[in-house]
Amino acid sequence: MNILVCISNVPDTTVRIKLADNGATIDNTGIQWIINPWDELALTRALELRDDPSSGVKQVSVAHVGLVGAEPTIRKALAIGADNAYRVNCDPADAFQTAACLASIVKNASFDLILCGIESSDYNGSNVGGMLAEMLDWVSVSGVSFLKVENGSITVNREIDGGRETLQVQSPCVCVVQKGIAKEPRIAAMRGIMQARTKTIAVSEWNGAESLTTVASYQPPKARPSCKFFDADSPEKLLEALQNEAKVI
Amino acid sequence: MAVLIYAENWEGKFKKLTFELASYGAQLASMIQTQLVAVSIGEVADEELLKLGNYGVSKVISLNHPQLQSFDSRQITRAIAQVAEQVEASALVLSANNSGKALAPRLAVRLKAGIASGVNQLPTSISPFVVSKKVFSGGAFASLTINTTVKILTLLQNSMELKEQIVSCTIERFEPTLDGGLTSPKVLESHKHAGKILLSDAEIVVSGGRGMKSADNWAPLLELAELLNAATACSRPISDEGWRPHDEHTGQTGKIIAPNLYIAIGISGATQHIAGVSSSKCIVAINNDKSAPIFESAQYGIVGDAAKVLPKLIDALKVIKNK
Ligand SMILES: Cc1cc2nc3c(=O)[nH]c(=O)nc-3n(C[C@H](O)[C@H](O)[C@H](O)COP(=O)(O)OP(=O)(O)OC[C@H]3O[C@@H](n4cnc5c(N)ncnc54)[C@H](O)[C@@H]3O)c2cc1C
Repeated sequence: MNILVCISNVPDTTVRIKLADNGATIDNTGIQWIINPWDELALTRALELRDDPSSGVKQVSVAHVGLVGAEPTIRKALAIGADNAYRVNCDPADAFQTAACLASIVKNASFDLILCGIESSDYNGSNVGGMLAEMLDWVSVSGVSFLKVENGSITVNREIDGGRETLQVQSPCVCVVQKGIAKEPRIAAMRGIMQARTKTIAVSEWNGAESLTTVASYQPPKARPSCKFFDADSPEKLLEALQNEAKVI
Repeated sequence: MAVLIYAENWEGKFKKLTFELASYGAQLASMIQTQLVAVSIGEVADEELLKLGNYGVSKVISLNHPQLQSFDSRQITRAIAQVAEQVEASALVLSANNSGKALAPRLAVRLKAGIASGVNQLPTSISPFVVSKKVFSGGAFASLTINTTVKILTLLQNSMELKEQIVSCTIERFEPTLDGGLTSPKVLESHKHAGKILLSDAEIVVSGGRGMKSADNWAPLLELAELLNAATACSRPISDEGWRPHDEHTGQTGKIIAPNLYIAIGISGATQHIAGVSSSKCIVAINNDKSAPIFESAQYGIVGDAAKVLPKLIDALKVIKNK
C-alpha cells in the first residue's frame, strides 16, 4: 500500500498577520513557513504505519502545490521521514485549483490512500481533500480521528456531531484527518535531515487547472473593545453586565 | 432558480442549526430574488419537514434511499447534486459542521461551483458575488469573490439569528440515481455521547485551562456550566494531560466554536486557543495574571485566583436564579 500525504505550506501559527497594499495582499516579510499542523500530524501517522510491518504500508509520499519557495517545507517533510515528494509548480488561488493540481499527480502514480488535513491554518477552507476525492471519484471520509491499516485493510474513526463511528473503508480512498490522528508531530532527526538532501522532489508544471474564487481584499479582524474589569469580590457585577449589557445569559 | 439548503437531520429531527441555515438561506434567497428550497435525506416525518416552512422554506425535497443510509459522502453528493440541478440552484448552503465539511467540497467539484467555507454573514454583494470569511484562524478576514454560476457556502454554527418567516411549504419526493460502483464505508461501530450539551451546539461554554491547576479542581467549573446550561470546554494542555476528554479541546487543533458567551477560566489566551473561540459573541476571562493575552480578546474580565473567584461567581449566580 502506498500513502500520499498532501501538505500545505503556511505561516507559523503564532505569527500576527499583517496586510499590505491596503489589504490587497498579505505582507509576507519575516514570516516563518511551516507544514500545516494538520498535515504534519497526517504525515506522522502515515510514517507510523509505514514503520509497522503489519500494516502493509510500503511507501509514504508527500505532495505540495506551490512555487519553489516552498521547497524547504517539503524538505522538512522528507527529513521527518517521507520517502519522496511531488510538487506542482503553481501558486494556487483556491482549493479547487490546488485539488486539480494534486489530482494530476495522483492520476500518474499509484496511491491507495491519500491523507489531507482537515483545514489549512491560512485559508481555513476544509476543502482540498473532499474536492480531490470527487475529482478522482474516490470514496472519502472526513473528520477522521483514528486510522489503522492492517495488511492493507483500512479502519478509521470518524467524528460526527455528538458521537463517533468506526468504519471499514476500501481503498482507494481519501481520509481527511483531524485531532487524534497522531499524538505529537514527529520531529526530524539529524539522520533524517541528511537523508532528505538526497531524496527526490518530482516537479511537474501547472496543468492549466483554474481557480473558481478570488480574494478581492483582506481586512484586519475587528478590534475588540477593551476589556471591562470587575472586582474579584463582586462577581454579581459581572453577571449584571452579562444580563443587561451583553444580554448573553 | 433557487437557493438550496441541506437540512441535515439527527435521528429524524432537525436541530437549531438547521433553522439557522434556513434563516440564512431565506435572506440570501430574497437578495437574489428567488425561492428557498431544502433537501432532506433519510426518514423524517412530514410534520418535522414542514417546520422548515416557519423559516422561509417554500419547498422541501425529501429523499430516502437504502444506499444513503450510512454516511457515504460520495453517494450523498450525487443525490444532492441531482436535486440542485433539478431546482436549478444558484446557491447551495450547508452547515460548516462535520457533514457539511465532508459534502461541500465534493459538491463544488460535481457542480463546478466556487465555495466559501465557514461564512458567518450574508454576501456583501450578489453580482459579483462577494462574501467575507475568516482566514488565518481569525488573524484576518478575506472578501472572497465566487466567480462561478453556482455558489456554495458553508455557514458557521450559531452565527445566524433565527428569523421566523412563515411561508406555505410543500413536500416533494425525489428518487436519486446512485451507482453501485464503489463500496461504501461500512459502519462497524457507532458511539454517541449521551445526554451532554454538545460543544458545537451550545450557546454558552465554560472552559478551563492550566490555571485550574489540577483535574480535581473541575467541580466548580462543572457546577457553573450546569447553572448556565452551558457546555464545557478546555485548552489543549488539559486534554493532553487527560484532565478532560479530548472532545472538549478547543482551538486551532481542536473544536472551533462560536457561542454567544465563552467563559475562559485560567486560560492564557495563546493565538492557537483564540483561533478556536474568536467568533464568540462575548468572551469573559478569569485569570490571576492581569497581563495575560486572553484579556485582549475578552469583553469582561476578573483578575483573580480561579479557585477563589469561581465559588463566589456560583453563589452570585444562584442568587440571580432564585429571584
Ligand atoms: C501547532 C499548535 C497548535 C495548538 N493548538 C492549540 C489548540 O487548539 N488549543 C489550545 O488551547 N492550545 C493549542 N496550542 C497550545 C497553545 O499554544 C498554548 O500552549 C495553550 O493554549 C495554553 O493552554 P492554557 O492557557 O491552558 O495554559 P497556560 O498557557 O499555561 O496558561 C494558564 C493561564 O492560567 C493562569 N493562571 C494560573 N494560575 C491561575 C489561578 N490560580 N487562577 C486563575 N488563573 C490562573 C495563568 O496566568 C495563565 O494565563 C497549540 C500549540 C501549537 C504549537
